[in-house]
Amino acid sequence: MNIQHDTVLVNRNRRAADLALRFKSLLILLCLCLIVSILNPRFLTMTNIMNVARQTSINAVIAMGMMFVILTGGIDLSVGSVLAFSSCIAGALIQSGCNYIVAMLASLAVGALIGLINGAVISRLSLAPFIVTLSSMSIFRGLTLVFTGGMPISGLGDDFSSVGAGYFLGIPNPVIIMIIVFLVILFVTNKTKYGRHVYALGGNEEAARLSGIRTSLVKMSVYAISGFLSALSGLIVAARLSSAQPDAGTSYEMDAIAAVVIGGVSMSIGGKGSVSGVIVGALIIGVINNALNLLNISPFWQQAVRGLVILFAVVLDRITSKKTA
Amino acid sequence: MEEKASREGYILQASGISKFFPGVAALKKVDFRLRRGTVHALLGENGAGKSTLIKILSGVYPPSEGEILFEGRPIENLDPLKTRKIGIAVIHQELNLVPEMSIAENIFIGREQTNRFGIIDYAEMNEKSRMLLARLGLDDIDPRTKVSDLSIAYQQMVEILKAVSLDAAVLIMDEPTDVLTEKEVKRLFAIIKNLRDDGKSIIYITHKLDELQEICDEYTILRDGQFVASGLLEDVSKQDIINLMVGRELTDQYPYAPCSDGPAFLKVEHLSQGRILNDISFEVRKGEVLGLFGLVGSGRTELAKALIGASKPDSGRIVLNGSDISIRSPRDAIRNDIFYTTENRKKDGAFLYLSVAFNTTISALGSVLSNARLISSRKEKDSVDQKIDELGIKTPSQSAEIRNLSGGNQQKVILARGLMINPKLMILDEPTRGIDVGAKTEIYQIINHLKKEGVSIIMISSEMPEILGISDRILVMYQGRISGEVSRENASESLIMRYAFGEK
Repeated sequence: MNIQHDTVLVNRNRRAADLALRFKSLLILLCLCLIVSILNPRFLTMTNIMNVARQTSINAVIAMGMMFVILTGGIDLSVGSVLAFSSCIAGALIQSGCNYIVAMLASLAVGALIGLINGAVISRLSLAPFIVTLSSMSIFRGLTLVFTGGMPISGLGDDFSSVGAGYFLGIPNPVIIMIIVFLVILFVTNKTKYGRHVYALGGNEEAARLSGIRTSLVKMSVYAISGFLSALSGLIVAARLSSAQPDAGTSYEMDAIAAVVIGGVSMSIGGKGSVSGVIVGALIIGVINNALNLLNISPFWQQAVRGLVILFAVVLDRITSKKTA
Repeated sequence: MEEKASREGYILQASGISKFFPGVAALKKVDFRLRRGTVHALLGENGAGKSTLIKILSGVYPPSEGEILFEGRPIENLDPLKTRKIGIAVIHQELNLVPEMSIAENIFIGREQTNRFGIIDYAEMNEKSRMLLARLGLDDIDPRTKVSDLSIAYQQMVEILKAVSLDAAVLIMDEPTDVLTEKEVKRLFAIIKNLRDDGKSIIYITHKLDELQEICDEYTILRDGQFVASGLLEDVSKQDIINLMVGRELTDQYPYAPCSDGPAFLKVEHLSQGRILNDISFEVRKGEVLGLFGLVGSGRTELAKALIGASKPDSGRIVLNGSDISIRSPRDAIRNDIFYTTENRKKDGAFLYLSVAFNTTISALGSVLSNARLISSRKEKDSVDQKIDELGIKTPSQSAEIRNLSGGNQQKVILARGLMINPKLMILDEPTRGIDVGAKTEIYQIINHLKKEGVSIIMISSEMPEILGISDRILVMYQGRISGEVSRENASESLIMRYAFGEK
């Protein structure tokens, strides 16, 4: 009787600890918002909040794709180049008179295809994801420059630019897109066989294979997802500016990786982490960027401060997870 | 106190040691005394508190209460570095060596010998290592050999050498023979005896009861975090020890259920693969347990991997239920109702950081889908609960990470994963490796239950009593071929060993 009581208590404590852990990054985000709003009350205006959400959406969409890759123990450095390449494809198609929806679909397909090629090379030739995607980062940035002659493709029409600049029910379209992607991925990771297979592959590749999972197929697919979402993010960027820029997305992989890691996805132990965490991670970075502007911090300092805050978030995460372990 | 300790010859005395984790008492007032120049077996089922005690003695955890005396003097505020310095070294199951460095470099890692210009003096390091090797009777090994070129057994010996060179007075060995072949075990035992005669004291943890009488002098038994007994091994029998460990009479450690004469389920004909498998033919009947014995390197696991399509044989036929099939991947095997459980749970069996439920259903997600082909939390929870119940898996909850379970319970989860696919053939590779006596018997009961349901079982094992106790029929492998087949009635240890060494 006594023992049972004890275990119930232990379970309850553990559940409380689990809950705190689960929302740890959310707590960090809220603290951050609180601090910033004290330092500058303008932070809490509706316009500014929408601004943060819109700016975050670009990174968040890439980061959610990056999450799949990191869950399997890999990394995708090519996201920024894929973003530029596929958005320039869309731009060129629209300029040549193609319907904007067709152009967008083509752009997404190109992004997915590049990811698929990354994944195929990585899984079929057993090469390190870091090296393969580092190469394709350079390859596709170069091809974008060749293809555009280094010039932006502008004047893409109102229909297309409304995708990035318009509103739906008072919410900026990019934010709507981010929320839809989030919900789809939440669903895929929790409710589908495929989601389980991704976590299994990350958790233990050989065990996954012996459990009957087509590991090389799953591995290829996560890079395809990452490519697809990079392309989607590229469309948002191009639509907002009504112009596809060949140098868009440079060093976006850093923010995406940071969002994934701050969100609690482990880079050392595969198969740990969730998409909710990644969204919060992206929002943390978004709030930091916004705050640095609101507080008038010199752009020279911004990078350094941002890096420190990211490091702080990850260290905090490490310390608290050690305590509860 | 000091005088008394040295008179009785205890080098390490721990008294009244307790360790509380949040909500759990892992150790309750445990006493442990290690006599100088002896090999002391630390025994107990998994979860009995052995590893917690070792972690306290080696400074990984501080004890919640109790006192530790080393050479009669109390020691406090230990950490792993400090314990190493005062002379307590642990040789873990997972080795801490740098594979790309030589034996000598590994022995002297962190305290490289240098000449007066501060340059590493390899000649000196190699010479010192050679002397150390000779002291343990390993004269035939060149200290310049790269560690990655050594077998696991020799790597372990390098780890021991490292401890000896640090002048450790107490060596703690955690299941050192688990991965060794018979010959290597003999060699390790010779080294341990050398060390003991040199005045070193050794704490020896093992699950293999047969080793005790051969190598250990004294024993201490823990159960459920409490001290149960200690004494001289020559005063007790194997059965006494088992009874003390489990706290009950294990009347039948190897329950056997005879099998009905079913039709052949799986037929393998002339299977060959490079130099690993050589013209292998055999069959398994429905509801039969076929024991597969062989020394390490005889090709048992390789045979299993070829059967489930994890590797590709060059030639041969596999006939299932009377029709030819081709299995090109573990996925194909599962589709044909064949499931393989690996010999190395941690390496390629369990998803250690994922939940019990995840680990149970991963191979049979099709059976927990809703009408909309999505994973149904309710269906999943129900079927996992059923398996937990059926196999007696002890876990705080379905969502607990599997790494927090004991070895026996982890193994049961992996078995549950196999059962979820409703298998017709289970290939169990060392199903009881590294798990305690009580859990072993439970696994045998699961095997017997499956057998009654008509499931065929191939059980690969290195443990002779298990092979003899559970199998209906025994195949023995030697150098990639079947060197003998023995029926249960005719089976004897000597006959099987003869086949295992390739003799007729």
